[in-house]
Amino acid sequence: MTTKPAIEIVGLTKSFGDHVVLRGVDLRVRPGSIFALLGSNGAGKTTAVRILSTLLKADGGTATVNGYDVATEPERVRESISLTGQFAAVDEILTGRENLVLVAELRRLEDARGIADALLARFALTEAAGQRVATYSGGMRRRLDIAMSLIGNPPVLFLDEPTTGLDPQSRIEVWKTVRQLAGQGTTVLLTTQYLDEAEQLADRIAVLHEGRIIADGSLAELKRLLPPAEVEYVEKQPTLEDIFLAIVGHDGAADQGAQR
Amino acid sequence: MTSYVLHDTDVLLRRSLRHILRSPDTIITTAITPIAMLLLFVYVFGGAIDVGSDSYVNYLLPGILLITVASGIAYTAFRLFTDVSGGIFERFQSMPITRSAFLWGHVLTSVVANLTSLVLVVLVALAMGFRTGAGVLAWLAVLGIMLLFTLALTWLAVIPGLTATSVDGVSGFSYPLIFLPFVSSAFVPTEGMPAPVRWFAEHQPVTPIVNTIRSLFAEQPVGSDGWIALAWCVGLLVVAYALAMRTYRSKIA
Repeated sequence: MTTKPAIEIVGLTKSFGDHVVLRGVDLRVRPGSIFALLGSNGAGKTTAVRILSTLLKADGGTATVNGYDVATEPERVRESISLTGQFAAVDEILTGRENLVLVAELRRLEDARGIADALLARFALTEAAGQRVATYSGGMRRRLDIAMSLIGNPPVLFLDEPTTGLDPQSRIEVWKTVRQLAGQGTTVLLTTQYLDEAEQLADRIAVLHEGRIIADGSLAELKRLLPPAEVEYVEKQPTLEDIFLAIVGHDGAADQGAQR
Repeated sequence: MTSYVLHDTDVLLRRSLRHILRSPDTIITTAITPIAMLLLFVYVFGGAIDVGSDSYVNYLLPGILLITVASGIAYTAFRLFTDVSGGIFERFQSMPITRSAFLWGHVLTSVVANLTSLVLVVLVALAMGFRTGAGVLAWLAVLGIMLLFTLALTWLAVIPGLTATSVDGVSGFSYPLIFLPFVSSAFVPTEGMPAPVRWFAEHQPVTPIVNTIRSLFAEQPVGSDGWIALAWCVGLLVVAYALAMRTYRSKIA
């Protein structure tokens, strides 16, 4: 069980017309780990995630998620995953609670309201639970979006640029959630264009560039690709993020500093 | 598996019905255009239109009912478009939900919304003097035809709803459908039209459907128009359904 990868991609290719997006991607993601797919805009990250979440068919190669082939057993894959796309996939006209109840009902779970209430509390949305999502801030939407993805405890979670467009506090909250999930055994594959995000969160990082994986390893392994570090003495200045978090008095600031 | 389809469709149907309850203006705006036409044609142009012995509001109502549905399905397309462009569509597609439930939820919502608009329009027509001695069976026949017509147009609306790239594109498709009744027997008898226009009017679907509903309300035999209307509705429904499903399948990979 522990040796079987949660996600395995071999020779994955995909083109849109003449435009080649994936040129043979290989990846293995260990169960319960956080895997970051790093790349600039247009590198093919979203395309890879869409193939893994059965939204798109690959042209060639194979991909399995939780042991199921995305091409031949898409139903099984869908039972094993949750996708949080680049743009919050929430229903604006419904309230936060109704959004969660909707997903719980679609997953055919008992006690949809109980599940919704627990997640509202966990994501600090209880106060806004009865308001329409159209009135939510970007951070609240993203939290609701991720909360919706956790319903039914799928073993594999895809997060496509989960913190793009978020303010620093919301970003840290999302990171905290991702770490918690991995701690509970959920496999997380996240795409990001923020290097610090991959550095902060991921057990393993792969760099996708022009449709190919050009580097794949732990942060320490990737660092070894470069010449050994030189010792320099620099005055330790607080980053703007440290300052921002300190002056707005966010409680996440303390543990954030400790991890750096 | 069948129970899953029903369960999923039920959940998604309740979701989009809730959308409608939250924005009842979509039903009111759907009904307003046909009601305005009803008022305009009965009280302004109606005096100059000779339709024989029948009162003009009785003559006009069937065509107005079709226009109501034609303008109502613009919202069906719009609701689908909002889901597809907003990302919730992808969430649903990546979840273990039966594939057809998403469309059926929207289609059934469209039927409920359009029937509500139709009831509003009929109530206004009654207030304006529309009268019929039609019995239960005739009313059921009218309901059946309107239901088939609504389903056919709804499945047609699914196509732009899934494929449109802008809000303008999604609402634009219904304009020709709203104007089709003008070149039919809906507003004036076809006898007075120039030959080519008359030929078109008598061979497009609106005329037999309008004539059938008119005969049902007037307690007259529907004759061959009934079968032609039924054939048009079922034919349109089958074609629209097939095209919509093909569009859907290509969309969900």
